[in-house]
Amino acid sequence: MTDATTQDLPVAEEIRPPRTHGIIAWLRANLFSNIFNSLLTLLALYILVMAVPPLVRWGLVDAVWSAPNGQACRAASGDAGACWAFIGAKVRFILFGRYPYDEQWRPSVVVLIFLVMLGASCNQRWWGRPLIGLWVVGLAAAFILMGGGILGLSAVDTLLWNGLPLTLILAVVGMAVGFPLGILLALGRRSKLPAVRAICVAYIELVRGVPLITVLFMASVMLPLFLPTGVTIDKLLRAQVAFILFSAAYLAEVIRGGLQAVPKGQTEAADALGLSYWQRTRLIILPQALSLVIPPLVNTFIGAFKDTSLVIVIGLFDLLGAVNTALADAEWQGFNIEAYIFVAAIYFSFCFFMSRYSQMLEREFNKNRRH
Amino acid sequence: MASDTAASSANVLRPKRPPPWNDPAVRGIVFQVLFVAAVVALGIFLVHNTMANMERQHIATGFGFLGREAAFGIGESLIPYSPADTYARAFLVGLTNTLYVAVLGIILATLLGTLMGLARLSSNWLIRKLAQIYVETFRNIPLALQLFFWWGTLRYVAPAARQAWQPLPDVFVSNRGVTFPVPQSHPVLLWMLVAFVVGVAATWLIRRWARARQMRTGQPFPTGWTGLGLIIGLPVLVLLAAGMPLHLDIPHLQGFNFSGGNTVSPEFTALLMGLVIYTGAFIAEIVRSGILAVNWGQSEAAMALGLSAGQRMRLVVLPQALRVIIPPVTSQYLNLTKNSSLAVIIGYPDLVSVANTTINQTGQAVEGISLIMAVYLAISLTISLSMNLYNRAVALIER
Amino acid sequence: MAQTQSQTQSQTTAAAVSGAPMIQLRGVHKWYGDFHVLTDINLEVRRGEKVVVCGPSGSGKSTMIRCINRLEEHQQGQIIVNGIELTSDIKNIEATRREVGMVFQHFNLFPHLTVLQNLTLAPIWVRKTPRREAEEAARHYLQRVRILEQAEKYPGQLSGGQQQRVAIARSLCMKPEVMLFDEPTSALDPEMIKEVLDVMITLAEEGMTMVCVTHEMGFARTVADTILFMDRGEIVERAPPLEFFNNPKSDRTKLFLSQILAH
Repeated sequence: MTDATTQDLPVAEEIRPPRTHGIIAWLRANLFSNIFNSLLTLLALYILVMAVPPLVRWGLVDAVWSAPNGQACRAASGDAGACWAFIGAKVRFILFGRYPYDEQWRPSVVVLIFLVMLGASCNQRWWGRPLIGLWVVGLAAAFILMGGGILGLSAVDTLLWNGLPLTLILAVVGMAVGFPLGILLALGRRSKLPAVRAICVAYIELVRGVPLITVLFMASVMLPLFLPTGVTIDKLLRAQVAFILFSAAYLAEVIRGGLQAVPKGQTEAADALGLSYWQRTRLIILPQALSLVIPPLVNTFIGAFKDTSLVIVIGLFDLLGAVNTALADAEWQGFNIEAYIFVAAIYFSFCFFMSRYSQMLEREFNKNRRH
Repeated sequence: MASDTAASSANVLRPKRPPPWNDPAVRGIVFQVLFVAAVVALGIFLVHNTMANMERQHIATGFGFLGREAAFGIGESLIPYSPADTYARAFLVGLTNTLYVAVLGIILATLLGTLMGLARLSSNWLIRKLAQIYVETFRNIPLALQLFFWWGTLRYVAPAARQAWQPLPDVFVSNRGVTFPVPQSHPVLLWMLVAFVVGVAATWLIRRWARARQMRTGQPFPTGWTGLGLIIGLPVLVLLAAGMPLHLDIPHLQGFNFSGGNTVSPEFTALLMGLVIYTGAFIAEIVRSGILAVNWGQSEAAMALGLSAGQRMRLVVLPQALRVIIPPVTSQYLNLTKNSSLAVIIGYPDLVSVANTTINQTGQAVEGISLIMAVYLAISLTISLSMNLYNRAVALIER
Repeated sequence: MAQTQSQTQSQTTAAAVSGAPMIQLRGVHKWYGDFHVLTDINLEVRRGEKVVVCGPSGSGKSTMIRCINRLEEHQQGQIIVNGIELTSDIKNIEATRREVGMVFQHFNLFPHLTVLQNLTLAPIWVRKTPRREAEEAARHYLQRVRILEQAEKYPGQLSGGQQQRVAIARSLCMKPEVMLFDEPTSALDPEMIKEVLDVMITLAEEGMTMVCVTHEMGFARTVADTILFMDRGEIVERAPPLEFFNNPKSDRTKLFLSQILAH
């Protein structure tokens, strides 16, 4: 070996890496690397070629974007294209349901409030007391705006709270109130006192073992029976209670996972410092446990958001219920596919972004954690 | 407490018991007593209110209604049923419908999910992306919406029988449902079933023999292919030996409907499709993360030892991956079973549907809902218990 | 003392190293995308020879030995192991891997199998050995690495040093012609390094052909016939231990030695 200095030898420049760039190389590596893959690629391309052009033709090329009623729409497209005019005509109904037409600025503001609160909660730097304060204020404002009756706003019965605002309210309030309940259940399940543990386990397993529909039925039908004679309870409130009780059980299991993951040494250190059980839990254990399970918590919220669509079985009209009612209009018959695609897009946007957010959080947490 | 006159020579000093109000044991008991008392008090309060309300509204109590005549029809049923049967039988019909859809759904969702999960890991970019689109799309849309979509398509968009869609030869999709050919009932089917069972048993025996032989002499035996050949081949042999007497009952158009073949309702089809596609997406993700969870170093060590790709998968990667996959997949099976209760929104007569009708007719909500919850709880607990047993049996043993 | 040690060592190696080359690398190049990770590697390892590869991290030393049993693919050049050329031909690859044993930095024992099962897995399924024979051989090798009493335990129940010794025994059960070691002691706590190095020294003394990537310079001095210094993908210097440590020729080697030996 020569006494090599730090200069590169000129010979190195004549040697080039094999072509890994360029379309041909990429195709070979990714789509046609062996016989099996090549066959799969051809099969997939065949299916795409069969399926995509007709869909594009239906959804874009032959589609009708404005028409006065269903019949005209169908005539205009020759019954071969999508009728997006339906969405245009019905969008306010789909989003807000039977909420009084002139007051629909109120639910719009409510949706905005929720979006702002959810967006603000994504930023980790703002987690803490101010954020909780923001949520309290935001929720209060949302309820005042939706219900009215004070501050010069006309009163709107809860049965008219339809569409997207209802979905958001049920999901968010269900999780928000279910959260402290879930913490108590999780702590109770890990308690050393057998009676407490037994009752918490029984509740959690009972609620997790039955479908949400039965919990909704139970709340809707049985809650009025549980209350003293003469006391009535609002239908929306019944559904909300059902969601709270249901979320609490699932959140309890997620939080329990977090509690189990906190190293035992933390409890011992807290005890050694002389902290009581509640001090230790509040100041040391819970903060760590909760930060460990934020991704699963977000996933639970995504699930709750999707589950709100079930309130249709007890006669409440959230986003899904509103779109079904819209489809019942005699003047616009048979546009199920367009309607469901539109609503699916709304749900998908919310859920997809939340799940991406949760994946991003998971990656960040794994980075900061020494494995 | 100071000194015993018993055999021990040393003084046994025990710590002094603290006063009861500082004694954690006593405090614990007191707290529990109060807690249980509060729960019981709440329970009594609720029960008292309920009884009072039910009496005021003249609602009967007790499960006696189960013996009364149901007086409503059920659209589809696995067992014979007529409106003259009792409510109890109606519940049974609902239960069998639920189990039918659940079992079928679990099997199909597992197949679809495993396939899609492996597709997500494929080296083929196109397959990977398509699988990803499938998973992301169907995981982020509520199941209720998906059910409405499939059902709406099958009930309202699908044409009448005369213009039915034909995705495969002799398979028709119309607004009456999906009609497909079935083999006509014939004794040879029973013999084929017997041959199938014999094939399974023979495969199991061959596997034991092959293992023992390999341990003894080192020679491997292609158990997998042989077993497959037996399980498929024996029934086929029986069919051939009988002279191929099977005829397919092919549906054909008669007037405005099909006759022949078998038709499954749009409700059942939509429910099954929705459940399978939705749950399949979740299972796909679980399978994918399970396989990824196995350290790449394990594959490398297996490669370095000279194991072939198949042996690597079978002996090293899959056993470890399954440990990670099975608990969440069991959870998804539970979810699928519970989600089958969404049948009520599209009118498939599952347990919840039937119970709902019953409650509407008899007004006995408490009993009806309790029945539903009891059944689902029983199913959930059974599946949970089996999974816990499995988990304990295969747990990796560590310090 | 160093003098007599290396004298006796060179005597034994002279007797043990025979002429036929076990491993040949000719003009080997490898790229990760545009990054040239191995540049013009030329190497010959004869039967019975012990080669130690050292160098700063990122120098490509692990990549190079992983090319020898095709855990990594080279894009240019030739690699010939025991007369078989390594290409994408799967038959050649499997034949090579039967003859080349590898010990990993993170042991990579199979956690769902006992120690004994870890050792018998490959002989049973790759060499088609009957189980009794495989288990006998396994126990023999467990005895040699002095860990026979842990045969029925699971890897999760063993310490790091114990696991690595099991990993060495697992490779030996395939009766390889060559043993590759990829930083075998880098993941061990200090008090366990010696037990693993002792096993490797015994192996070397029995005449095994070894290529070892390691930072343990004491081991290199004792065991190696040739020490390779790699930096930025190239073999910068290659020499017997005496010459390497006492009279390094390249500036880069001198820099590396000053960093690694200055405790």
